[in-house]
Amino acid sequence: MGHGHDHDDDHSELDPMDVRVRALETLLTDKGYVDPAALDELIDTYQTRVGPRNGAQVVARSWVDPEFLAWLAGDATAAIGSLGFVGRQGEHMVAVEQTDATHHLVVCTLCSCYPWPVLGLPPTWYKSAPYRSRVVRDPRGVLAEFGVTVRDDVEVRVWDSTAEVRYLVIPQRPAGTDGWTEEQLAELVTRDSMIGVGLPLDPAAVT
Amino acid sequence: MGTTYDSHADLGGSTGHGPIEHEPEGVVFHHGWEARALALTLAAGAPGGWNIDMSRSARETLPDYAELSYYEIWTSALERLVVEHGLVTPAELAAGTASEPGDPARRVLTADQVADALARGGPADRPPDGPARFTVGDRVLTRAGSVDHHPRLPGYAAGRAGTIERVHGAHVFPDANAHGLGEQPHWLYTVVFEATDLWPDAVPGQRVSIDAWEPYLSPAEPVS
Repeated sequence: MGHGHDHDDDHSELDPMDVRVRALETLLTDKGYVDPAALDELIDTYQTRVGPRNGAQVVARSWVDPEFLAWLAGDATAAIGSLGFVGRQGEHMVAVEQTDATHHLVVCTLCSCYPWPVLGLPPTWYKSAPYRSRVVRDPRGVLAEFGVTVRDDVEVRVWDSTAEVRYLVIPQRPAGTDGWTEEQLAELVTRDSMIGVGLPLDPAAVT
Repeated sequence: MGTTYDSHADLGGSTGHGPIEHEPEGVVFHHGWEARALALTLAAGAPGGWNIDMSRSARETLPDYAELSYYEIWTSALERLVVEHGLVTPAELAAGTASEPGDPARRVLTADQVADALARGGPADRPPDGPARFTVGDRVLTRAGSVDHHPRLPGYAAGRAGTIERVHGAHVFPDANAHGLGEQPHWLYTVVFEATDLWPDAVPGQRVSIDAWEPYLSPAEPVS
């Protein structure tokens, strides 16, 4: 045992899951099937480099560049790829744009499908039974729990990711952001707004 | 493939799971072992040779799925996969020590290969072996009843009428691929349903879509 990896919980020595995962890692490493340095690299990728700030760049670009928005609508995989966000769990991307007529939100009721290259690993609630079970049946109720009120005359549209297609929600650009740079705009784009269970931040709150 | 297949992961529309526990952006793992379990699962796929549909099938058929946390599910499924695919013996897994060396012919993901492997991903689109049966706007009826294998048709959308909204091309068919029967690509569609066609008591003004392979679908009468 002991590949020198860090453990951020206080009781790692007592946690049966910690023991179990360490044992499996040691076994696979001793058999020559796993390179512990590759594990470090995988973890570092999703802990520090691939996360929702990527998606925020995509959204901000779409807000300032109508041609990019049109590209997203026609071929989201290529448009997102042009910003360098490609690969595992984002091989087949579809972007859906929030409008005054329709509010989109995304779920995977069967497991935890999520667009990793633009949003990183899914949050626990996205992968858990309460969200997965309820959002297809009572999306307005779930949205209300997230603090999002959708007017009665706005259609709510739920995308259940049952295949290898991954969905990115493009929220509406907040009013009061005329003249903002792409970098400034990206700061308004939250993870939840790109799943469809949140809205972008209020521009007044970040200036 | 057995005669029965019990997925415990088909949760859409079910009740009694308690409140949604939201977390702020930036929380990725709650314990160090969760990160190791994720990375181990991704890395072990190289020597193991299983596909994503086999992984999902291993997870959703865990008898105690409902009691486990997400990465507990991943860990239990990985323990299954490494034995089923011959990376370790049951005795080695139980003892936690290797009794014989590994097979040097198996592929190993090294640290310098990680970035390229992730960037490559695993595209699921394949050349179609014939024209698509349906086109945008067609009304379709989804397959009803239980199946004896890994399904990607949620129960809430089984035996329901919907409308083809997008045609995605031919994609690997999980129902076959999960069971080692090859990729058997089929046309994949986004099918959208009125919520009131899924649940009689649903509030109007809500629609739900799934992505469904052609074998899940049959023609339905247009809406009059």
